[in-house]
Amino acid sequence: MILSEIATSGPNFFYLAPWLVFIPLIGMLTNLLIGKRLGEKAIGGIASTASGLTFVVAVLLALSLRAYPEGTTVPFADWITIGELQLRWAFRVDTLSTTMMLVVSGVGTLIHIYAIGYMHEDVRYKNDPGRFRRFFVYLNLFIAAMMILVSGDNYLMLFVGWEGVGLCSFLLIGFWYEMDTLGRPSTANAMAAKKAFVANRVGDFGFLLAVLTMFWVFKSVQFTDVFASAQQIAESNPGAILAITLFMLLGVAGKSAQIPLYVWLPDAMAGPTPVSALIHAATMVTAGVYLVARTAPLYVLVPQAQATVALVGGLTALFAATIAVGQYDIKKVLAYSTISQLGFMVAAVGMGAFVAGMFHLITHAFFKALLFLSAGSVILGVERGHHHAAHHDGHEDDHAETFDPGDMRNMGGMRKTMPVTFWLYLIGALALAGIFPLAGFWSKDEILAEATALNFTVYILLAIAAFFTAFYMGRQIWMVFFGKPRHEAAAHAEESPPVMTIPLMVLAALSLLGGALNLPGVETLAHWIERTFETFGVKLHPAEFNLNVAITSTVLALVAIFLSWLLYGRKPLTDGQPDPLKRILGPLFTGMENKWWIDELYWAVILNPYIALARFFADVIDWRFWHDWFHDTVIAGTYQWLSKTALNVWADQRGIDAFANGLGNTTKALAQRLRGLQTGFVRNYALSVFIGVIVILGYLILQ
Amino acid sequence: MLPVSYYVGLSAVLFTIGALGVLIRRNAIIIFMSVELMLNAANLAFVAFARAHQALSGQVFVFFVITVAAAEVAVGLALIVAIFRTKHNIDVDQLSSMKG
Repeated sequence: MILSEIATSGPNFFYLAPWLVFIPLIGMLTNLLIGKRLGEKAIGGIASTASGLTFVVAVLLALSLRAYPEGTTVPFADWITIGELQLRWAFRVDTLSTTMMLVVSGVGTLIHIYAIGYMHEDVRYKNDPGRFRRFFVYLNLFIAAMMILVSGDNYLMLFVGWEGVGLCSFLLIGFWYEMDTLGRPSTANAMAAKKAFVANRVGDFGFLLAVLTMFWVFKSVQFTDVFASAQQIAESNPGAILAITLFMLLGVAGKSAQIPLYVWLPDAMAGPTPVSALIHAATMVTAGVYLVARTAPLYVLVPQAQATVALVGGLTALFAATIAVGQYDIKKVLAYSTISQLGFMVAAVGMGAFVAGMFHLITHAFFKALLFLSAGSVILGVERGHHHAAHHDGHEDDHAETFDPGDMRNMGGMRKTMPVTFWLYLIGALALAGIFPLAGFWSKDEILAEATALNFTVYILLAIAAFFTAFYMGRQIWMVFFGKPRHEAAAHAEESPPVMTIPLMVLAALSLLGGALNLPGVETLAHWIERTFETFGVKLHPAEFNLNVAITSTVLALVAIFLSWLLYGRKPLTDGQPDPLKRILGPLFTGMENKWWIDELYWAVILNPYIALARFFADVIDWRFWHDWFHDTVIAGTYQWLSKTALNVWADQRGIDAFANGLGNTTKALAQRLRGLQTGFVRNYALSVFIGVIVILGYLILQ
Repeated sequence: MLPVSYYVGLSAVLFTIGALGVLIRRNAIIIFMSVELMLNAANLAFVAFARAHQALSGQVFVFFVITVAAAEVAVGLALIVAIFRTKHNIDVDQLSSMKG
C-alpha cells in the first residue's frame, strides 16, 4: 500500500494510548463532580468533548499505525502478579483494536451530541438536571469501559472492559428505572435491565471459563503469549483449544445477542434511544465479534468451533430477521434487525472471514446508529405531535395513558411532517437492506461472497436473512413514512432540532460512503486489518468479489422491497386494520408477532422450573426442613432440653443449688445452735475465759 | 525473810477473790475493782518472784502493768459513765442486747 511506503518513519503517538481511557473518565468525573451546577448544555458539551477527544486520540493512533503498521503494546502499569500469573495493564494498539477504537469513539461522539437534544425532549425527562447529568456520566463511563475492552493486551483486561460495558448497559437500560417506556410508574424498565444483566451473566460465565481454561493450558492470558504457543498446544492438546473457543462462543452469544441468549436485546430497548443506538446497536454488542476476530489465531486451529460459531451466527441472523417482520414497535424492529445483523458478523468471523465481519461491524455501526437515532427522532416527533394534538383537544389525560409514540401502527405519512428524518431514515434502511452502492451492500455482500466459498449452509441462511432484512425495512418505511397518518399525533408530528439531525447527517454520509472503506479490488480495510492477523500468523482467506452473489442478493433485496410495497405501500394500513401479512401467512405471522414464543419457552423450560426449584429449596429445604425441623426441632429442642432439663434441673438445681443451699442450711442450723452461746451476759463470757484459761493451764501443767 | 510461797499463796488468794468477784458480782464498778484486784495479785506474784530471783525484769513489768491498769481504769470508768448515761443503770446483766 502506498501510504505505508511513504510514511515509514512518521510521527509516533502510541504513548497517547492510555488517554483513550482517561479522557472519558475525566469527562465523567467532571460531570459527576460539578455537572449539577453547569446546566444541560455544559454537561452535554463536556461529555461530547471527552468522547470527541477520545476519537482524536484514536485517529492519532491510527496515523501512527500507518508509519508502524506492526502495532505496539503500550505498557501502563503492573496489574496482577500472583505466582505464574503476571499481568500488566497495557494497551494493545494494532490495526484491529484501533479500528474498534475509531468506530466506538467516532459513532459514540455523534451519539453524545445527538443525546444532548434527545434527552432534553424525552417526555420522561421532566427537567431534572440530575438525571441529565447522570445520563452523560454513564455514557462517558461506557466509552471508557469500551476502550478498555478494545485496547486491552490480555484477556483479563478485555474481560474488565467487557464487564464494564455490561454494567453501563444495565445502568442505561434501566435509566428510567421507575417507569415503563411510556413514562408510567412501573418496574418494566428495571426488569428489562435485570434481564439483560442476567442473560449477559450467563455469557460472561462462559467467557470467564474460557479465560481460566486458557490460563490453565497456556499459563498466560496475554494475546501475544497465547497466540505464539497456540500452534504447539493445538498439536498436544486440541481439546483444550476447542473448549476455550466454545466457552468463548457462549460469551459472544451473551454480549452479541446470539442464539440462545439474544432475548435480552429486544427488552434493552427500554433504555433511551441514544443508548439503543450506541450500546445496543453500534458498539457494545459488537464486542463479541471483536472477541472472535481478536482470538482468530485460536479459532483457525479448530474448524469445529469455527463451524459452530458460523452456524450460530447464521441461525441467529435468519431467526431474528423473521421476528423483525412481525414487530410493530419501531425500535423493536430495529432491535431484532440488530440481532440479525450481529448474526451476520458472528457468522462471518466464525467461518474465518474476519475482514468481512469487521467490515460489516463498521458499516453496521454507521447505519444502525443512524436508524436508531432517526427512530428516536421519529418517536420524539410523534410525541411532539401528540402533545400538540392533545393540547388542542384539551383531553390530555385519557390520551397520555394509552398512547405509544413508538408504535408504527400509530404512524404513517410522516415523510411530509418529518422530511429530514425521512430521508435520513431511508438512507439507513437502504444501507441495511443492502442496496447498491450504500455501505451495507458492500459489507453484507462481502460476507455472503465469503460464505459461498467457506460455508454454503451459512450462505443459504444469510441469504434468506438478507431477504427478510430488506422486507422488514421496506415494511417499516411504508408503515412509518407513507400512506396517511393513522393517529392525530403522527399528523401533527414536528421535525427534530439540528442538534439531533446534524449528527444524523454525518452518520447518513458514512452510511452512504462507508462501502468505500473496503471496495472490491482496493480493499483498504482488508490490507489495514490483515497486518494484525499476519503478526499472529493467521492467513486470511483472500476476499474476492463474486458478481453472482452480488446480483442474487440485490435481486433478493429488491424483490423483498417490492413485496413489502405490495403489502404495505400500495394500500397503506388504515387505523385498526390488522397486518396484511397476517392474512397471507396466518399462524406463521402470529409466531413472528409473538417472537416465536421464545420468551415464553424460556419461562416454561428454564425460568419457571428454576423458580419452582428455588421455591422448593426456600420453602421445603430451607424453611420446613432446615428452619422448622433442624433449627427449631433439633437444635432448639436439644438446646431447650439441655438447658431446661439437663443443666437447669439436674446440674443446676439438683447439683449446684443443692450444694449451695445445703451449705447455707447447714451453716444456718449450726448457727442456730451456736447462737445460744452468745448469752449477752458479760459474766458468762468471763466464766468461759476462766474455764478456758484453766483448761489450757491444766493441759500445760499436766502434759 | 518470809519464803516466796507465802507471797504466792497471798497472790493466789487475791486472784481467786478477784476472779470470783468478776464472775459473781453484777455491779460494773465492783467487777472493775475485782479486775484491779486480779491485776494486783499478778503484780504481787511478779515482785515476789523478782525479789526471790534477784531479777529486775519482774519489777519493771509491774510498772508497765500499773501504767496499763491506770489507762484501763480511765477508759473503763468512761465506759461505765457512758453506760450509766444511756441506761441509768450499771448492772452488767442488763447490758444483754448482744444476745444471740
